[in-house]
Amino acid sequence: MKLLVTVKRVVDYNVKVRVKDDHSGIETANVKMSMNPFCEIAVEEAIRLKEKGVASEIVVVSIGPKQCQETLRTALALGADRAILVNTDEEVQPLAVAKLLQAVIAKESPEMVIMGKQSIDGDNNQSGQMLAALLDWPQGTFASEINVADGKLAVTREVDGGLETISLTLPAVVTTDLRLNEPRFASLPNIMKAKRKTLDEMIPADLGVDITARVKTLKVTPPAAREAGVIVESVEELVEKLRNEAKVI
Amino acid sequence: MTILVIAEHNNQDLSVATLATLAAAEKVASDLSSEIHMIVMGHESNSVCEQAAACASVKKVLSAQDAALENPTAESLAAIVVANADGYTHIFASATTSGKNFLPRVGAKLDVQPISEIVSVESADTFTRPIYAGNAIATVQSTDSVKVITVRATGFDAAEATGGSASIEDINVVSQISNNSTFVSQELTVSERPELTAAKIIISGGRGMQSGENFHLLEVIADKLGAAVGASRAAVDAGFVPNDYQVGQTGKIVAPDLYIAVGISGAIQHLAGMKDSKVIVAINKDEDAPIFQVADYGLVADLFKALPELNDAL
Repeated sequence: MKLLVTVKRVVDYNVKVRVKDDHSGIETANVKMSMNPFCEIAVEEAIRLKEKGVASEIVVVSIGPKQCQETLRTALALGADRAILVNTDEEVQPLAVAKLLQAVIAKESPEMVIMGKQSIDGDNNQSGQMLAALLDWPQGTFASEINVADGKLAVTREVDGGLETISLTLPAVVTTDLRLNEPRFASLPNIMKAKRKTLDEMIPADLGVDITARVKTLKVTPPAAREAGVIVESVEELVEKLRNEAKVI
Repeated sequence: MTILVIAEHNNQDLSVATLATLAAAEKVASDLSSEIHMIVMGHESNSVCEQAAACASVKKVLSAQDAALENPTAESLAAIVVANADGYTHIFASATTSGKNFLPRVGAKLDVQPISEIVSVESADTFTRPIYAGNAIATVQSTDSVKVITVRATGFDAAEATGGSASIEDINVVSQISNNSTFVSQELTVSERPELTAAKIIISGGRGMQSGENFHLLEVIADKLGAAVGASRAAVDAGFVPNDYQVGQTGKIVAPDLYIAVGISGAIQHLAGMKDSKVIVAINKDEDAPIFQVADYGLVADLFKALPELNDAL
């Protein structure tokens, strides 16, 4: 089975993001960038499927500026076979992401697409679902376990009340939740080997997709700050304050 | 002009989150003098339809009933909404795992860029939503002719659930039931305590709890207070409690009257899920823990000593 995995380059999850003074967005100059954590889980799951003999080839795709080459090389070092960069400096919103991936999939014909459930910058949680809809494929979102058997894909999903298992026909789109797996680190020999793997580049126009943003960001502001309160000395004092000052118990 | 709100329910009761979503729809409706319709997709969910019809602002209820909708798939829900989307300027769903699952499919099918997890309505086309795990708030404006939106329940007070008398209209959905995805099973956490997203008081444990058994120390206090029990991602990842306990950016977003964080350091990820709580209490033995920076009342103490004391004091 051929797998297609997507990776996004985002501000590293350990970075405390700062809103620009002119409220036009987030400060990204000289900020550490990394692979979106949910995409790391997607790459890991694809590699595990290959190690189990379920997958034969892993194609990894990223959409964004030139620097996404680094993100793709990371995925190649982890174990993906081949990479595609859809190169653009424009903001690409989930609808356009889904359309670009749909066009790539028309060329690559994978049987399964594995994506992160959301990126930790825009927090939209949309691209996988939208891609599945455009392709008329079923989706298994927020996956905590996947199993391929008898040409079907069983996906255990993290839902509000607990866990849900669904069965999908293939081809299908899977989006990863945190507990699907624990991603590995790339070894130095594999990082060296990844430099020789194929990385093809194209631009949105090559795929015939209009990526014009449909949603305008008017401004970005810091959230309302919360003041630190008081330190109480004892449980007794805490209960007294909750009863008589905050009046919440 | 008409607005469609998608009801979330368990085939018996309309969810509290739906009432918050309806409140967001009401803000747009008053801006545009629109009517609000609510669609109930389920199986033998007549009581939900009646509750939807009783909501003060709902003028019409669309009832889509089918055995396959007892545990519906995203594919079927999206297809039904799309088939009935004509004439609606706005389509709202709750930003729950259900709404987040099917609503983007609706957007893709309508060639619309959806807007996720709004926390306020600025006008009929402009909304605010948290980005970067709540470390920034974006004000965004949709240029699409239809707005497809999920609503974060903590951003809105519940709409009036009584006083309405909407008509209920049955719609046929057989041709929209998808067969490429089927429900197999679910393991829902059964609890006598309130749901995290609906609870007035929440007591959550983190890695500092050290084991799942020790959550019993929180549970006895929760039962005295009528509170829900939550957990940080660290506690869930360590296997202390199931995933649906998780409060945080990638878990549940909560805003109770009182949030008690026990043995939780206060990672950004966790703060994003609870920092809109009215009163926050932190109990942690590490006085430098970031949780104290957002807490109204902090107690620097060993939780294994403090929790039994708290239990006795209540």
